[in-house]
Amino acid sequence: MSAPGPQAGNGDRIALDRRDQRLRQDDTLVGAIKSFVDRIKAGDLGSLPVVIGLVVICTVFTIINPLFLSPNNLVNLLFDCSTVGVISLGVVCMLMVGEIDLSVGSISGLASATLGVLWVNIGLPVPLAIIAAIGSGALIGFIYSELFSRFGMPSFVATLAGLLAVLGMQLYILGPTGSINLPYGSDLVNFGQLLVIPKPLAYALALLPGIVSLIAGLRMARRRRAANLSSAPLSSIVLRAVLLTAGLEIAVIVLNQARGVPWMFAVFVLLVVLMHYALSRTKWGRSMKAVGGNREAARRSGINVRAIYTSAFVLCGTLAAAGGVMAACRLASASQQAGTGDVNLNAIAAAVIGGTSLFGGRGSAYSALLGIIVIQSIANGLTLLDLSSSLRYMITGAVLAIAVVVDSLARRSRQSHGRA
Amino acid sequence: MGMTRMTGMTMSDSETKSDSEPVLSLRGISKNFGAVSALTDVNLDVHAGEVVALVGDNGAGKSTLVKILAGVHGPSSGLIRFMGREVTLADPGAALSLGIATVFQDLALCENLDVVANIFLGRELKPAGLDEVAMEVRAWQLLDELSAKIPSVRSVVASLSGGQRQTVAIARSLLLAPKLMLLDEPTAALGVAQTAEVLDLIERVRDRGLAVIMISHNMEDVRAVADRIAVLRLGRNNGVFPPEASNAELVSAITGAENNAISRRAQRRAAETAADEPRGHAQ
Repeated sequence: MSAPGPQAGNGDRIALDRRDQRLRQDDTLVGAIKSFVDRIKAGDLGSLPVVIGLVVICTVFTIINPLFLSPNNLVNLLFDCSTVGVISLGVVCMLMVGEIDLSVGSISGLASATLGVLWVNIGLPVPLAIIAAIGSGALIGFIYSELFSRFGMPSFVATLAGLLAVLGMQLYILGPTGSINLPYGSDLVNFGQLLVIPKPLAYALALLPGIVSLIAGLRMARRRRAANLSSAPLSSIVLRAVLLTAGLEIAVIVLNQARGVPWMFAVFVLLVVLMHYALSRTKWGRSMKAVGGNREAARRSGINVRAIYTSAFVLCGTLAAAGGVMAACRLASASQQAGTGDVNLNAIAAAVIGGTSLFGGRGSAYSALLGIIVIQSIANGLTLLDLSSSLRYMITGAVLAIAVVVDSLARRSRQSHGRA
Repeated sequence: MGMTRMTGMTMSDSETKSDSEPVLSLRGISKNFGAVSALTDVNLDVHAGEVVALVGDNGAGKSTLVKILAGVHGPSSGLIRFMGREVTLADPGAALSLGIATVFQDLALCENLDVVANIFLGRELKPAGLDEVAMEVRAWQLLDELSAKIPSVRSVVASLSGGQRQTVAIARSLLLAPKLMLLDEPTAALGVAQTAEVLDLIERVRDRGLAVIMISHNMEDVRAVADRIAVLRLGRNNGVFPPEASNAELVSAITGAENNAISRRAQRRAAETAADEPRGHAQ
């Protein structure tokens, strides 16, 4: 069975899902590539636009200033990605059910203020302060969900009201000083600014996804063959694992030439992977997509639609608050500026740029990771060019507009190809 | 609503006392939408292993009745007995877990999900780590029972034709081994061959000992599978007929008059053919 070639239809038995004559047999590596090209043509783009965009951005900035791809700069880039990235992960949850939270920036600001007040001013133990800060985000999310499902308030309006109210709360608890410095040398600030994965450990950890992908792929192929279903050819499973491992190891080699891989980024990636599993491999994730795709159908299937909405709102608030705590660590302060400015827009834009649809029911946790890398690359590259933030806002705005246009066009194309 | 049922046991059980105890028994069901009475004092009995067709003109209250049984609407008043127990169908989940499966006219499928995900929606195997292989195999089994022509269960529902979507919806309702299946216009969107297949399927479902309620506008389909035909008119019961009942009888029950558009048309046609015939002989 190890030869690359059709695994189904080889013996006397035809796989259950390959009996229909109208179906093209895409069981070889070439077939897999062919069906991938077909999917793209029909508008099922996935994360392809963002990958292309990233390559273009990196090329342009590297030509203008070769420092852009220097290991040191990339390490800084990853530190900066992590905070807004975690917030963006919550936005992905909201978009999945076809709703939106416009106040994630304010929630993150309130969380960092809560952390500062409770830890530095009042002197609570760090873990308690963190729990309280993240809990405040969860509570705000819960309030939104109640407004949404009990009073039928559109999420757009509820969270727009929340944007202002939560910002007010942040200013209120910070008091007249307006800024609290977190002590340098504390574990939290070290985590936000310095801590990197030890180099050998980073190399070892970079092997992990490839190994997991290989084992999971082989097990899945074996189970599918046992159940008389077609299975992915060994060659493509191995190729996938090899490419994944090679890519990650090269990234680690580059980053290890400078300080190394930030722990904060590792935490972000871990959250992304967990969210990806939850969205694609659990009943909860399936229900999220169903609610985003056809709310009435989900309700009639016996899904508790209100609970699903509540989970999305609460998770979004929680992740926004967690991002705020990480931002406080990164900046070593909780200030009135935390969570304001472009944080809100960047978090939402990252999710959309990464390929999660604004129309609901379609997307992936990885869009938060890819999208935030694009946005931070632009910000970082323009900073290297010594351009003002006015230009940065304009360019980020343009990229967001392009991403939404691509989403809309792809949606139209999917509909005309019957793939909505 | 956490009743557990054993399919095999209760099937033979209900067969023996099917005359005495219906699977579903409605008494005095009424439903008001504001000032409009969609249903008034409706009674209906359905036994195991029986197909009851529910017919009526537009606005007769057929779909409202189905929605009450599916737990989408609550009745304004009246009594629902299911499997010998008085029940309240508070929400769709309650109806499903009691063993009432519904195929809605608009099918209620999620177009962004694939066939397997739609069939198992709300009933996924292993909620913490979906068992995709087992679900896919079961999906193929269900579709095979319907001799369905769906090329791939991994294609999203948006890419399927109307008939294929109907098949997916029916397959989904079979998943839970229900006691009662409600079909709202199951053949309305289907071609000739697919209609025949769905009618075959309905008979197969009945032969398994399920009770079936089928709503249809198509008298031919109704007569082909129904054991009894219950007529609703303006939200009230208007007679129960055997499948042998004449078309005129049914139509007058549905429209509420001996002299109606359809009978007039039939008389006119009969008169025309009678007038045509002598000429045919003369030539």
